[in-house]
Amino acid sequence: MVKPTKVTNSIRGTREAAGLTQAELAKRIGVTRQTLIAIEQGRYSPTLELAFQISRVFGVGLDDVFQYPED
Amino acid sequence: MVYEERNTWATLIATIITVPVYVIVILMSAGGGPLTEVDWVPIMLWTVGASIVGAIVISILWGMAAGMRDPDGVGASDVRDRDISRFGGRVGYGVLVAAALGALVLSMFEADWFWIGNALFLGFALSTLAGDIVRVVAYRRGIA
Repeated sequence: MVKPTKVTNSIRGTREAAGLTQAELAKRIGVTRQTLIAIEQGRYSPTLELAFQISRVFGVGLDDVFQYPED
Repeated sequence: MVYEERNTWATLIATIITVPVYVIVILMSAGGGPLTEVDWVPIMLWTVGASIVGAIVISILWGMAAGMRDPDGVGASDVRDRDISRFGGRVGYGVLVAAALGALVLSMFEADWFWIGNALFLGFALSTLAGDIVRVVAYRRGIA
């Protein structure tokens, strides 16, 4: 019924390295803290727009934050 | 827990309480006689009203409690809430269509209004339950 996303990410590590809390990052990308937690834990695959916003906050490319496994 | 998830839980709780109460009241009103003799319309209207009011009251009380802990995020919703809402809506819609087809078949066979009305009522209730259960699971376990 509900399948977890195959997209993985390194948001948590990158966020902590940038000195941002979940609440701060969530506010900057315009989502609730619960949604950011779900993204970090791989329980929600963000929209492309949201993914770009997250990587832009960190000043890195999309591939540096999000990974999609090879078949 | 976010605003939309609280609302989903509120609707789910209200439906889980009111629908069985409706069934019990109908059965008690029948008193062992034919169900088609029961004056089901006012009972159904009271059930629908109680369900709506109950969901609103639960949501408001829960929102007040949540607002004391997190005043900024009490009414916030975002793209994930919309995705989950649509996901649950699709499931609920499928159940509703099945119930409507059931009511159509009952009409074709000229079943008593009691059965047609209650088939539709059951459809609305199951549609709400199915959609809300899917939403709650999506909030807890994730959505792709």
